[in-house]
Amino acid sequence: MSENIIKITGVKKYFGGVKALDGVDLVVKKGEVHCLAGENGCGKSTIINVISGFYAPDAGTVEIDGKVYPKLTTQAAIDAGVQVIYQDLSVFPNLTVRENLALTMEVADGKKFVSKKRFNEIALQALSKIDFKVDLDEMVENLTVADKQLIAISRALLNNAKLIIMDEPTTAITQKEVKNLFGVIRDLQKQGIAVLFVSHKLDEVFEIAEHFTIFRSGKNVFSGKTEELDEKKFTYYMTGREIQEEPFSYAAKSGAKTVLEVKNLSLANGFADCSFSLKEGEILGITGLLGSGRTELAETIFGYHQAQSGEILIDGKKVEIKSVKDGIKNGIGYVPPERNVQGLFMEQSIADNISITRWKDHSNGLGFINEASIDDSVASWVKELSIKINDPADNMRTLSGGNAQKCVLAKWLSLENLKVLILNGPTVGVDIGAKYDIYKLTKRLAADGLAVIIISDDIREVLSNCNRVLVMRQGRLVEERMTSELDEASLSALSVEY
Amino acid sequence: MNKGKTSFNMKMFTRDANFVRLFIVFIAVFIACCALKGSQFLNAGNFESMVKQFPEYGLLAVAIGLALLIGGIDLSAVYIANLSSIIAGRFLIAIAGEGASEGTVYAMIFASFLVAVVIGILAGALNGYLISGFGIPAMLATLGTQSLFWGFGVVLTGGSSMSGFPTQLASVVNGSIGFIPVTVVIFTVACVVVGLIVSRTVLGRQMKMYGTNNKATTYAGLNNMKLVITTHVIAGVLASLSGIIMWGRYSSCRADNGSAYTMQAILIAVMGGVSPNGGKGNVQGVVLAVLIIQMVSSLLNMFNNIPSACRQIIWGGLLLAVMIFNYVVDSRAKRH
Amino acid sequence: MNLKKITKKTEFYIAVIILVFCILVQLRSGQFFTNNNIVDLLRSMTIPMMFCVGEMMVLISGGVDCSFPAIASLSMYFVCTRMDGMFGNPLPYFLVAILLGLMMGALNGFIVAKFKFPAMIVTLGTSSLFLGIMQGILGSSEYPLTSALNALGTTKILTATNAQSGLTSELPIHFVFMVILIVATWFLMNKTMLGRAIYAVGGDEVAAARAGFNVFGTRMFIFCLSGALAGFIGVCRASMLLTVSPNNMIGMEMDVIAACVLGGVSLVGGRGGIIGAVLGTALMTIVSNSLILLGVSTQWSRVFTGVIIIVGTAVSAIQEQRRKKKLFVTVSAKPEV
Repeated sequence: MSENIIKITGVKKYFGGVKALDGVDLVVKKGEVHCLAGENGCGKSTIINVISGFYAPDAGTVEIDGKVYPKLTTQAAIDAGVQVIYQDLSVFPNLTVRENLALTMEVADGKKFVSKKRFNEIALQALSKIDFKVDLDEMVENLTVADKQLIAISRALLNNAKLIIMDEPTTAITQKEVKNLFGVIRDLQKQGIAVLFVSHKLDEVFEIAEHFTIFRSGKNVFSGKTEELDEKKFTYYMTGREIQEEPFSYAAKSGAKTVLEVKNLSLANGFADCSFSLKEGEILGITGLLGSGRTELAETIFGYHQAQSGEILIDGKKVEIKSVKDGIKNGIGYVPPERNVQGLFMEQSIADNISITRWKDHSNGLGFINEASIDDSVASWVKELSIKINDPADNMRTLSGGNAQKCVLAKWLSLENLKVLILNGPTVGVDIGAKYDIYKLTKRLAADGLAVIIISDDIREVLSNCNRVLVMRQGRLVEERMTSELDEASLSALSVEY
Repeated sequence: MNKGKTSFNMKMFTRDANFVRLFIVFIAVFIACCALKGSQFLNAGNFESMVKQFPEYGLLAVAIGLALLIGGIDLSAVYIANLSSIIAGRFLIAIAGEGASEGTVYAMIFASFLVAVVIGILAGALNGYLISGFGIPAMLATLGTQSLFWGFGVVLTGGSSMSGFPTQLASVVNGSIGFIPVTVVIFTVACVVVGLIVSRTVLGRQMKMYGTNNKATTYAGLNNMKLVITTHVIAGVLASLSGIIMWGRYSSCRADNGSAYTMQAILIAVMGGVSPNGGKGNVQGVVLAVLIIQMVSSLLNMFNNIPSACRQIIWGGLLLAVMIFNYVVDSRAKRH
Repeated sequence: MNLKKITKKTEFYIAVIILVFCILVQLRSGQFFTNNNIVDLLRSMTIPMMFCVGEMMVLISGGVDCSFPAIASLSMYFVCTRMDGMFGNPLPYFLVAILLGLMMGALNGFIVAKFKFPAMIVTLGTSSLFLGIMQGILGSSEYPLTSALNALGTTKILTATNAQSGLTSELPIHFVFMVILIVATWFLMNKTMLGRAIYAVGGDEVAAARAGFNVFGTRMFIFCLSGALAGFIGVCRASMLLTVSPNNMIGMEMDVIAACVLGGVSLVGGRGGIIGAVLGTALMTIVSNSLILLGVSTQWSRVFTGVIIIVGTAVSAIQEQRRKKKLFVTVSAKPEV
């Protein structure tokens, strides 16, 4: 018997040419609440997928409860007592709540037949753990993100786990539910069950974790007790910079125009009665839980959804935005949250990914593309945003998250009439160097007069990059503050739901 | 950057590894044909018959290739070909009375060709609209229209073959311009036009992007519906041209001519480098694959002891082999 | 389950459409609800229904199998011609055909699960391969049915005579096979963990792998099962028709897939069930068999099939689009202060 539930030594993992993990160590003791921290793109999610047997590491060893697993499968990991609450939740949309809760356990028990009675018992037991009420016969696809997250949580608590990994488990749920979850975690700890907790909500991790491991760019930078850390040190380990980024300061120029104005915009099951305005040169943050309507609001302004009522004004003039094409025509660019699915064409060339919105402008009357002028334009954007590539004709797939995100940005920045740039989760899965490049770029763009909206649940990202912040709760804009009046704790408190 | 025109072309050539591979296969098959059946293969009569055969299914392969390029499929292409020739045939019979002058008959024949192309456009537009307007998966939508077009063909012909067309029809389609057969001219012109569209125009680029990820095209402001409909309209036109060629070649039309061509056309398109997952491919690859398949087919004909059904084994086996080969090559490239 | 939930389901609509259509035919011809017409219908839906059950499972797992008519034809043709007269009992014929089908299905499954190619194109390819083997190597011509299967084929469970016209219709033993198959499939899909695995893999492959399901194994199983079933159904078909005609199943794949989708089975996987598949097949069969009663020339039957496929799939495609577009934010009723 080992005192460590998990011991990772020198694990490496590459994706194409990208190093996601570059020889990391991670040790979690039994019955410990351990926080794995790091900025977006540091390799947190990758290590979780290695521990759960979903990714095979390219080097290094994985030891669970004293036993080394040279070839860990998902089933073996579950059998060894590892349960994961994945960030993407990994629920089955086409099955009922009851089945979603019971299936993992039944598979683990090697059951051959379905028993509704047993399924019911398991499901009810799971829900009781976090005091969550939901119709067991409902299809999971019909639930809100928050409910799906609660299902993922309660499912993981069920099995006779020795280690529960929670990857960002609180992005969608209310304060009360977070409290319930923490209660459960403390109970688990008393039973000797270890919890590996991943979150970028500082107040949460400092409240619950005893031990910290911090990753940066796929490497270990810190491992130790919570007491050894304070906020300043934590920030240093996370970012690798002594001094914190200069927060964005917006000096309203006299006569700065209001570029975007939204009046009483509403969309059923999305948001209601949202009004705000945005001046040129401003960076506006929008924060709130997942499922608070922040994405729906942004996508409605962009034209992906059509508002049911309300007005959008660009440069003081009312505009009709009924499609993405209309949005682009009115100078709105949108960097979507799911980069690989919504923003990029992974199997196409980098050049095509960057230039897609401009082809029409670089072609003659018959639609023939002027390759040379496209090439020039792409080359200039690659240089401008210092995107690291070998050849613009290479597949998009060959780029790291950070460089890929810069390509999405280049696509919008190359629009000549761009007035409003909306960034939704701009640094998710982006490596640290590129992340600060993106921050710097955003500030420079704003200084040049672009109006920017950043949607993020990373509080520090919002605080250090925006001059003003809007908070959304349950589809409504509920707070509007200057970031200069806020600190992490106060903004974090504003954005949760009760 | 001082790239000369030639070096640019060379780069294009080396970049399209699939085309290079196909070209090598083409040469290899040619040599194999010469070695195995040299005297029969290298003779004018054989070339003449090969040249007559491939345009009809070659056009269908390009049509289906376009549908694959946007991540879909077109199971109805063969029946668009038949239906358009049947309707054009009825039109021609209706307007071509006895005793019309030679010139008028030719004019009528061309008018009926126009009718065929219009039917191709309408049929393609229907496919495109069902796929993009209602969101029916391409396979089911074109399966439905396959049944529909086939069914209308049966109704219009009474289920048998329709003939009795002016003799000038056959002479137009089977004739030559200079020494090049008309069918080859049609095929070449169509391939050049579609090839340019696919590789050089905004539309072609957009098709490939849509085929790779149609969610991201929405977020990039492309009009998905217009794109899908246009693609299927082009495929419909190609199919109707194929229909015209079959009509002229046999001087008759049937609702179920060339039923085996669907499978063969998919094979050719995939072999020609069109990804069955969508987003990748070009017309020159498909054309080369057409020529390879025609040579293999002619070679098989020269062995009397090989039953013609064995061709199906070869087509099916080849399709799977090509897909697996491309997969292996691709995953090797990915590892770099 | 309450009434509201039932009326929301595709199955409910299909059932209503079938009912309305039957009544229309009855009003028009007066011949629909006669005992021999009903028996005729049940007889002609026997084979498509069994195919449909197999295809439904493949579709739910997120694949599609276009090769089952080829598998059915080849296995059937092999056992009927190469094993003609070898056994007095029909069982060995079925077993060998099932085994052959299983092997062909395994080839499909391996290529699809291993390389992750589009299942439709793979199975179109293997379909060509199998048909080529049958027509090219075994030589496909009509062949008399071996006596053991002939005896099975002439076993009737029911004979219905129309009192007015004197026409009789017989229901062969294969109808019982069909019923057993439907019940067994229902059990497999709903009452076993394997069935749940098929739904899970079709719903979200990654989530299924993380939950500990064997995704590769499940895909293999489903294609093997589809192949084995096709072998079985091929022999059923021959013994029902009392002759070995190798080419008359070719092309059935499309109608069968369409029937499944019509019954609410999703082409992208994870959704649908046996009741829908059964109703979908029933609708397709009833419509194409009732055209004569409606006084429509049989020449129109393909047009009707096409229209049913298009309308039916459009309805489920629109539902699917709505589901995808649906938003899930719980918007609070009143603005907070």
